[in-house]
Amino acid sequence: MSSPLDLDTLAAPACPLPIEDDRVTLAHGAGAGASARLFEERLWPHLANPALGARHDGAILEAGGARLAFTTDTFVVRPLEFPGGDIGSLAVHGTLNDLAMCGARPLALSCALVLEEGLALSTLERVVRSLGAAARAARVPVATGDTKVVERGKGDGVYVNTAGVGWVPEGRALRPDRVAPGDAVIVSGALGAHGAAVLSVREGLAFESSIRSDSANLSPLVEEALEAVPELHCLRDPTRGGLGAALHEVARGAACEIEIDEGAVPIEESVRAACEVLGLDPLFLASEGRLVAFAPEASAASLLDALRAHPLGRGAVQIGRVASGRPRVVLRTPMGSRRLLLLPAGEPLPRIC
Amino acid sequence: MKFVDEYRDPALARALVDAILERATRPWTIMEVCGGQTHAILAHGLDALLAERVTLLHGPGCPVCVTPLETLDRALALAERGARLCSFGDMLRVPGSRGDLLGARARGGDVRVVYSPFDAVRLAAAEPDREVVFLAVGFETTAPAVAAAARWVLARDLSNFHLLVSHVRVPPALEAIAAAPGAQVEAFLAAGHVCTVMGTAEYEPIAQRHRLPVVATGFEPVDILEGVAMAVAQLEAGASRVEIQYRRAVRPEGNPAARALVDEVFEVVDRPWRGIGVVPRGGLALRGPYAALDAVTAFPALAGEAPREPAACRAGDVLRGSIRPPACPEFGRGCTPERPLGAPMVSSEGACAAYYHYRAAGGPA
Repeated sequence: MSSPLDLDTLAAPACPLPIEDDRVTLAHGAGAGASARLFEERLWPHLANPALGARHDGAILEAGGARLAFTTDTFVVRPLEFPGGDIGSLAVHGTLNDLAMCGARPLALSCALVLEEGLALSTLERVVRSLGAAARAARVPVATGDTKVVERGKGDGVYVNTAGVGWVPEGRALRPDRVAPGDAVIVSGALGAHGAAVLSVREGLAFESSIRSDSANLSPLVEEALEAVPELHCLRDPTRGGLGAALHEVARGAACEIEIDEGAVPIEESVRAACEVLGLDPLFLASEGRLVAFAPEASAASLLDALRAHPLGRGAVQIGRVASGRPRVVLRTPMGSRRLLLLPAGEPLPRIC
Repeated sequence: MKFVDEYRDPALARALVDAILERATRPWTIMEVCGGQTHAILAHGLDALLAERVTLLHGPGCPVCVTPLETLDRALALAERGARLCSFGDMLRVPGSRGDLLGARARGGDVRVVYSPFDAVRLAAAEPDREVVFLAVGFETTAPAVAAAARWVLARDLSNFHLLVSHVRVPPALEAIAAAPGAQVEAFLAAGHVCTVMGTAEYEPIAQRHRLPVVATGFEPVDILEGVAMAVAQLEAGASRVEIQYRRAVRPEGNPAARALVDEVFEVVDRPWRGIGVVPRGGLALRGPYAALDAVTAFPALAGEAPREPAACRAGDVLRGSIRPPACPEFGRGCTPERPLGAPMVSSEGACAAYYHYRAAGGPA
């Protein structure tokens, strides 16, 4: 090495906004460093408050002695329908999962639709039928909603926003700052299938595959996990930005190093193959029906048993552990070397060859 | 995954490392030509495993990195003036004189990521009133697909499709590196995929003239280590032959059908490589009737002002193997993947990006 290098300056954000100073780019929506800085520097200063400051998947609010979890998410997936799901079921699962990551039992959802002029009513019907079916399956009512129409060309057919309210039972406290050195890092199954499934049908990129989105409601799985291991420290669903982004958020929130055994991270063969062909890193591909759990090492075995007993957690496995040290994510490669897992600069782009 | 996992087998890799360290009686300096190899070396920490006996220099094998600034500026201008600009994902974050293609898209330009030149052709065929330009970058590896697309377009007289061509040829660049005064390279690991198309004959004169072993090598850790082992064996024996490690893909004659297609559509020209300068016979340009597809002649008004490189960027030194990325004062400080000064920091094959993303955290465990 020709000159010494401070790894921690590398891992830290080096500039206020990426690529363009004065405009939003797609990098701001990719769930990695640029998204975080857009929030920190452009949104947070105007909106700062303690609930938002917790930086969790949802806010915890207290009312009349009860603790409520409150969350919202907007879905802009393209195409609207993909193998294993569509924007309707995804909008239900995504918000229910954000509530589940707070340890909350869902009470109700809202649904706001932004429709583009010219959208086939049959498409809308399919999407909403799927949304309704997903909500019914979860036994959660869509209790309020809104519909707007924008001119042709101003939207991608349908954008869906859902918000969710849930009740957090006594004694549950799932937060990144509870994660501590020694904790086991456990995932509930193979990662990245949702991201790969959507890419496989995207215009200009379509490839033949058997990959199906993993989109699913994680609430029942979380209930089983908390039943078996009430001392669970933190849960995350690795959606936008994938496992990599989720680990970075927790490392920062916990002020700990997270070490991952790269060879232990479960990724389905078909997803790995698609990533090889497209030049993408599966560690940054979204899952919509998987969770990452942080639990004391002593509880790891019972947590794994509880997860594996549920159909959504059959592939649960420990992928690493939390260590003391500066907040960063370290990968131990199968070759025996160690390297930092850095967040990509923006949207993952398929490479040249 | 078949054809991948067996070439990432840690035990096999370890055995190769041990064999190389035992075989080498003195330190050797070997350049891996392709950026894909550089990324594999850094991602798996192979450089650290070999450091005792083998120094790996990183070569110019990143076509995105050597695409001339002028070409990128033309692409930006085309996108800004209403053309639908298509290219491989790598090109979108590469900084031009006035920003990158992602920025052009944010300002309203129609910039598309495609995975094949035929995707761009399809877009042109679907909307005949819309001008579509494919920014064709790459080594001999991607040239046949572009040549096939050009032939398709010409045969069907599709008038709204043009090519902005920045195809480059690897052997002339290796000749320039080997011939440079003070060259440190003692052997080349040639890029396996380039040899899959072109074969290995072009490397014979380089191996003989400069007395350098050249090993056409693949991209997985075991491939690269085997390539290094073959190069070291030659160096220790005082040999300078062209050998093929990547035997599952490379034949000495290459792929004759693909070569014929490239020869039909392209001719060899001198070409400026970004950061390196003009490489004699270092590029491909559309020839004969295919020149009608050239976006540069179709849209001459795009020439514009002379492009300017950021003075602090040392991409040229990195691409020639003169320095490693961390030796650049701007590396990780004034130049990051989010705010790059040069292309090697953003391309999936760029050496600076490889160092930035895969820097070992505390060395081998």
